[in-house]
Amino acid sequence: MAVSKDKIRNFCIIAHIDHGKSTLADRLLEKTKSVALRDMTAQLLDKMDLERERGITIKAHAVKLNYVAEDGEEYVLNLIDTPGHVDFNYEVSRSLAACEGAVLIIDASQGVEAQTLANTYLALDHDLELVPVINKIDLPSADPDRVAAEVEDVIGLDCSEAPRVSAKTGVNIEQVLERIVKDVPAPEANDDLPLRALIFDSVYDSYKGVIVYVRVKEGKIKPGDTMRMMATGAEFTVVETGYMRATLPEPCKELTAGEVGYITASIKTVGDARVGDTVTTVENPASEPLPGYRKVNPMVYCGVYPADGADYENLRDALEKLQLNDAALTYEPETSGALGFGFRCGFLGLLHLEIIQERLEREYDLDLVTTIPSVVYKINLTDGSMVEIDNPTHYPDPATIASCEEPFTDAHIYAPADYVGAIMDLCQDRRGIFKNMDYITPERVDIHYELPLNEIIYDFFDSLKSRTRGYASFDYEISDYRKSNLVKLDVLLNGDIVDALSFIIHSEKAYSKARKIAERLKEHIPRQMFEIPIQIGIGGKIIARETVKAMRKDVLAKCYGGDITRKKKLLEKQKEGKKRMRHFGTVEVPQEAFMAVLKLDDND
Amino acid sequence: MKPIGLYIHIPFCNGKCPYCDFYSVMPSEEKIDAYVSAVCKRIDAADRIYDTVYFGGGTPSLIGAKRISEIMSHINRTPDCEATLECNPSDTGALNSDFDFGIVAKSGINRISMGLQSANDCERKSLGRRGGCDDVERAIVKARAAGIDNISLDLMLGIPAQTKESLKGSIEFCKNSGAKHISAYILKIEESTPFYRIKNTLALPDEDETCDLYLYAVNELEKAGFSQYEISNFSLKGYESRHNLKYWRCEEYLGIGAAAHSFVDGKRFYYERSIDDFIGGTAPVDDGEGGDEEEFIMLALRLSEGLIFDEYQKRFGKRIDKDIIEKSRELEKHGLVRVTDNNISLTVDGFLVSNSVICNLLGY
Repeated sequence: MAVSKDKIRNFCIIAHIDHGKSTLADRLLEKTKSVALRDMTAQLLDKMDLERERGITIKAHAVKLNYVAEDGEEYVLNLIDTPGHVDFNYEVSRSLAACEGAVLIIDASQGVEAQTLANTYLALDHDLELVPVINKIDLPSADPDRVAAEVEDVIGLDCSEAPRVSAKTGVNIEQVLERIVKDVPAPEANDDLPLRALIFDSVYDSYKGVIVYVRVKEGKIKPGDTMRMMATGAEFTVVETGYMRATLPEPCKELTAGEVGYITASIKTVGDARVGDTVTTVENPASEPLPGYRKVNPMVYCGVYPADGADYENLRDALEKLQLNDAALTYEPETSGALGFGFRCGFLGLLHLEIIQERLEREYDLDLVTTIPSVVYKINLTDGSMVEIDNPTHYPDPATIASCEEPFTDAHIYAPADYVGAIMDLCQDRRGIFKNMDYITPERVDIHYELPLNEIIYDFFDSLKSRTRGYASFDYEISDYRKSNLVKLDVLLNGDIVDALSFIIHSEKAYSKARKIAERLKEHIPRQMFEIPIQIGIGGKIIARETVKAMRKDVLAKCYGGDITRKKKLLEKQKEGKKRMRHFGTVEVPQEAFMAVLKLDDND
Repeated sequence: MKPIGLYIHIPFCNGKCPYCDFYSVMPSEEKIDAYVSAVCKRIDAADRIYDTVYFGGGTPSLIGAKRISEIMSHINRTPDCEATLECNPSDTGALNSDFDFGIVAKSGINRISMGLQSANDCERKSLGRRGGCDDVERAIVKARAAGIDNISLDLMLGIPAQTKESLKGSIEFCKNSGAKHISAYILKIEESTPFYRIKNTLALPDEDETCDLYLYAVNELEKAGFSQYEISNFSLKGYESRHNLKYWRCEEYLGIGAAAHSFVDGKRFYYERSIDDFIGGTAPVDDGEGGDEEEFIMLALRLSEGLIFDEYQKRFGKRIDKDIIEKSRELEKHGLVRVTDNNISLTVDGFLVSNSVICNLLGY
C-alpha cells in the first residue's frame, strides 16, 4: 500500500546510555497501537536477553509505526533504533544515514553526557533534523529547566518546544510524535531512478536466510528482481520485501523510494549483506553506490579457547553461527602450547568482545579461556618493511625491530568538576596526553585526552567508573598510530615460555606489571612435585621472579588390605582434578591461575 | 592350580581406635562362632591352595587361639606357607588372658604382626591404644617362646605431639624387641573417624614436620638394619612380608570375611562391610577386572625395587611405554625417580609425593 511520500517520517533515537532510549521506543510503539498491550514486554526492541540485561542496544532494529496526527492525517513513522555503544559507531552512522531526523533524548537529571554529544555530532554530520526530548521528568532529581538550558548552551539546540516526558510513566509521549511529524522532513524520493537502497542492518534467520534491512533512497524493488550488493558484488533473486512491524514482519508488493523495509533473498551469511553497502538491481543498475561504505575492521583481538579441549568443535560451530549475524566478528584457528586449539578473534572493541564471550558462554554453554586482549600494533623492521601484529606470539625478534607504533584514540570524558583530579590521575597513569578541558557548565567538565588504545581496552571504563562513583561518561574514537616504546613480556614456568600469557606493553610499565604477574601466579599455582621457578622476561632478560615451593607429601601410606580399587579411585580423583589443569612440560597450572593473570587490573 | 594368597578379615574389636576406619564391631561369643563357621564354609567352597595366609582385622587375636586354629585347619597350604596373625597385645592379655601362642603356632601360624604404633605411652594413649608398650614386650616374649620368631611391629608417623626424639625411642624399641619387620605408616585422618571431627584440637605435626619424621624414620630404620622395600615397609633381609608383596606385585589373593577384597582369576570383588550379610551368605560384589598395565605400574612403583622392565614384559608381552621412561627421566632431574636399564623406582623423596609421581608417569 503506497503512502504518499510526504507522509513518511524516517527517524532514529539517539541518547547517552541509560537515558531511556529503549523505554521511549516502547512507549512510541504503544501510543501508535503498534503492539497489543498484552504483547508488551519491557523494551521490546532489545530482542536479546543480553541487551535487556545490560541496558544497551547491540543491534540496530527498525519498526514501522502508523500514526494519526493532530492534523487528522495518517503518517508512517519509521523508527530505526541504533546501537548504543562506541564500539558500534559505524553501525550507528549507517542507521543515521537512513533517516531524515533524530530524536535526541537527554536525561532530565543527568544532562548532557559524552555520548549525547558524540551522537549529536554524528547526527549533524548526516544533516539530520534534531528533535530534543527531555526524559525522566518523573525523577525527584529531575531539573528539566536546567537541562534544557544546558542543551541550548552546549549543543546550541533550541529547547523551547522540546517535549518534557517520562517514558517510564508515559507522560507527554504524544508531544514527541507530534514533533516528529512537524519537525522531521519527509524524504526526498524518486521512484523512477535506478534502485539505490542503503543497508543499515542485516540479521540471520534460520528459515529465510539473511534478512536485509534497507532504506530505499531512490527507485524501487520487488520480489523477483535480481538485487546486487554494490560493494561485494554479490547477486541474489529477491524472495520477499516487506515492512518491519513491532511483532511480525509484514510482506509487501514492493519497496519504493523513501521507505524503510526488509528484503530476503536466500542470502547465506551477513557477510554478503554488509552494513553500509548499497543495494541496486541487475535489471536497472545504479552507476554509483551511496556514499559512506567502509568495511569495519576489528580493533581488538584475543585468543578464545575452550576450557575443555573436547569443546573445540562446538566453539567453532558457535563462532560460525555468531558470525552469520555479526559481520564485524572475525576468527581464525590458532594453537597455543598452553591452551591447545582455539581461535584468534577480532572485535570492534572491548564491549563487543565481552558480548561475544558472554553469548558463547550463555547461548552455547561453553566454558572459555580468553587471553589478554591485544590491539593491532605496527612494527617497523630494520629491513624497511612493516608488519601488523595482533598476537604477541607473532612479535618479531627485538633485534629486527626498528620501531613500534600503537593506535591512539581521541577521548572525551564528561564528569562533575569534583572528579577532575581523579580522572586526570587515571589518564596520566594510562599514558594519556592531556589536550584541553572545557567547562560545559560550572559543575561539569569535558576533559579531552589522547590515550593509547591498549590502555583503554582493558578495564579503563571500570576504573573510571569507580574513581568517579559512576558519574563520568566516556567516549573515544581511534585517531592515529604513533611511535611508542613497546616491549613483549614473556612468562616462563620452569624455564619454558607460556605463549598464552605473553603480551605487549609499554616499557615504562613492564617492571611493575611483571612483578604483579609473578606474584599472582605464585598465589594460584599449587605446590607440585618439585620447585617451579616463575620468571617474567623481556627477550632474554628476566625482570621478575618468584618460586612455587615443592610439595612434600601426597602419599597413600597404606595400601588398604588389598583394596586396590580404592587406591585406584583416589588416583582417578586426582586425574579428574587435573582435567582443569593446563600442562607445560611437567608443570601443571590450574585455569584459575590464568584467569587471575588475565584479570589483573589497576587495583592489584 | 597355582597357589595364591588368602586374606581373612576378622572384624571384631573391643574398642574403636579413634584414627581407624577399618571395619570392625564389638564382639559377642555367638556372633564370633557364627562368623568363624561362615569363614570356614567359604574357605572350603573356594577349594584353593595358598602360599600366604593373613589374618587381619579388627583384632584377629580377639577370637581366641582355638578358633584361629580351627580356621587354619580348613586352609590348604603349601609347605612353605607364610601365615600371619595380627594381634593386639593388650587384648591378647585382657579378653583372652590365656591367649595361647602355642596353639596358633601349632596350627601353622608362623608370623605375628602387632600394632605398637609408638613406644611412647603418652603417644599411645593419644591414639587410643589400650595398654602400655610393656604389654607388647610381654606378647613378643610369649610368641617367641611358642616358636614364632617372625614378628612385625606397626609404627605410626605424624601422630599428635610426635617428635624426632620420641620416634627415635620407638625405633629403638623395635630394634631391641627382636622384630624382623616394621611397617611405618603416616597417620592419615580419615573422614569417617572420630579423629576427623577433632583434628583441629590434635597437636598434629604439620606437613613439613611429618615429612621430616618420615625421612628420619627411613634413615634410622635403615641404620638399625631394616631396609625399606615399600613406601611404608621395612625388614631385615629375607623377612619381607610375602603376603603383602602379592598386593604390590599384582598377584592374586582371595579375601574372606566382611569387607575383605579379592583378586582372583583376573577379577576383583569384595564382601560388603556387614558381618550379618557375610554370615547370611551374601555373595561378594563385583569390582571389575584387575591387573591391567596401569594397575601393575601403580602398585610396582610403591616398591623400592620399582617397576622392573623384564617383569612387565613377561606379564604383558610388550615393552614398557617409552613415554613413561621419558617422563621418569624428567622427574629424575628433580631427584624423585631413579631410572636404570632394568627398572624405574621412586626415591624416598619420590615416595613422599608418590601420588603425583604415579599420576604423572601414567599420564593422568
